[in-house]
Amino acid sequence: MTGYLIRRILQAIVVLILSTFMIFAVMRWLPGDPILLYISSDTYARTTSAEEVEALRHEFGLDRSVPEQYVRWLGNALTGDLGESIFRGTTVAAEMGRALPVTIYLGFVSFIVAHLIGIPAGIISAIRRGKWLDSTITVLANIGITAPIFWVGILLVYFFSLRLGWLPVQGFTSPFDDLGKSLQQMILPVFCLALGPLAGATRTTRASMLDIVHQDYVRTAWAKGLRERRVVTKHIIKNGILPVVTLGGMAVPMILGGSVLIEMVFNIPGMGRLAVEALFTKDYAIVQGVVLVVAVMVVITNLVTDLSYGWLDPRVRIR
Amino acid sequence: MKDKVPTASQQAAAPVCVDVPRRISPGRLALQQLLRRKLFMFGVVVVILLVLIAVFAPLVAPHDPYGQDLKNAKASPSWSHPLGTDTLGRDTLSRLIYGARTSLIVGLIAVAMSGAIGMAMGAVAGYVGGWVQSTIMRIIDALMTLPMILLALTLAALLGGGLKNVVVALGISMIPPYARLMNAQTLSIKEKDYVASLRSMGARGNRVILSHVIPNAFPPVLAFGTMQIGFAILAEAGLSFLGIGIDPPGAAWGAMVNEGYRYLLTNPVLSLAPGLAIMITVFAFNMAGDGLRDVLDPRLRGMG
Repeated sequence: MTGYLIRRILQAIVVLILSTFMIFAVMRWLPGDPILLYISSDTYARTTSAEEVEALRHEFGLDRSVPEQYVRWLGNALTGDLGESIFRGTTVAAEMGRALPVTIYLGFVSFIVAHLIGIPAGIISAIRRGKWLDSTITVLANIGITAPIFWVGILLVYFFSLRLGWLPVQGFTSPFDDLGKSLQQMILPVFCLALGPLAGATRTTRASMLDIVHQDYVRTAWAKGLRERRVVTKHIIKNGILPVVTLGGMAVPMILGGSVLIEMVFNIPGMGRLAVEALFTKDYAIVQGVVLVVAVMVVITNLVTDLSYGWLDPRVRIR
Repeated sequence: MKDKVPTASQQAAAPVCVDVPRRISPGRLALQQLLRRKLFMFGVVVVILLVLIAVFAPLVAPHDPYGQDLKNAKASPSWSHPLGTDTLGRDTLSRLIYGARTSLIVGLIAVAMSGAIGMAMGAVAGYVGGWVQSTIMRIIDALMTLPMILLALTLAALLGGGLKNVVVALGISMIPPYARLMNAQTLSIKEKDYVASLRSMGARGNRVILSHVIPNAFPPVLAFGTMQIGFAILAEAGLSFLGIGIDPPGAAWGAMVNEGYRYLLTNPVLSLAPGLAIMITVFAFNMAGDGLRDVLDPRLRGMG
């Protein structure tokens, strides 16, 4: 187990380095000189001599080779220094410190909501296979996976905010400032973020439970006259819940990706909006920071998923 | 007798033959299974309709999708403009119809690109094994560290936006699942006896991959690809909603949702209609792919 653990962690580190380097390299090798962008962003539109440009280039380390620049960036990143935002005049770490908690907070609530609804829905669907309840749940789950969440958000705003006036149109308030307002503003974005993972959880749970329903030991349990409640809880759910653990691994990137769209729809100052704004203003230090943070979160999720799966199901450990 | 419609008594007599074992070819059986599935049929019909609408857009659209009529801007639905007009007085229905072109083109090219690259990477990785496999699969893992929409957004923005770059960005972002699927398929096919016998006859690696491994692994990938077209269209809609990947005055559904968002209270159709179009399209491709998968890859039957 320890050997497996070490190998998986090393693999995760290699993958992280690869992914951040890919984005880093694409940024550096594409046309568009960041120095010229920096100069043109200067409010004092003064003429800059070629020497000054070179001096700036040296100051930012842009006169070195791309791998060299990357190693320097990575070294700084490990100490918590993600560089400076050219346009915002702040450090990337400071911007992250503001945006990341917002996204994690909304994402975490969405994650919980998605699984609290999705897993029971999948179990009910599997037990009532072929009945109208199962068909309804399955069709709803398929719609949930294929719906454009930004549009679902707008649709909900139209009905619940504009027509009925029950919920605020957009915005984000910290729960520490005004809990009531914060909760009201959260309902629609959380529903949208949870939609995809919820549908995914329902489908995966249903499939996993259906696998179990046909096992011999379930038939034996029925045959020896156990009540439905006992067969379902002790035999079906207990065995079928294991694959559901992998769901977490799929839900986290789904929610992080969804936050890019949903934070724009609801005007939420989280990491998704930070990424979109940075990409549009070519604020590459921030883009690089977001890429790193998201990649770390996804890789850690995958690692935890894999390990917990092996821990929960002894049969997997042998590999 | 052949051309006559059977009478009621003849139809009633027909079930007598049922007991006689009849051979049904596997292809026919698959077709029968598909026809029985309502959602699959719904998906196929919608996809065919969409393709027809996209191909014959100039004939189907009631107005010029780019023709501005500022005097008639933000008009409510009427007989001449069934879905009203946008802020520039352009007919919403016509733009919706031309938007189908954008969506389908992006979806098809992005899937073809990611499918070709991903399958090649997966097949080589699975067949060669060793460090080649580890290298390829770690690159695939690296692509998967970012959520697909964020990776596509980042690449598209870095490449400079526009429809062409969105296709490239989606084409790259969607490689991983194909590579993984193909890698797993190749690993299992490689162990089959017929591949071993081919190799013992001296067949070269690339010949084995191209003529035997890929054709045998293709059916499940085809079903998966059909579904992926839907998800590519969904991702494209997301990107054009964010403002990347539209070449004005071209029509893209995601961008239309965004443009209409500002007038949600006064003219909700502007935003809600293109969104519904996205959802129906993605749903249709998903159902079609789902049905194909059940038939082409019996091992996965009952998964969805």
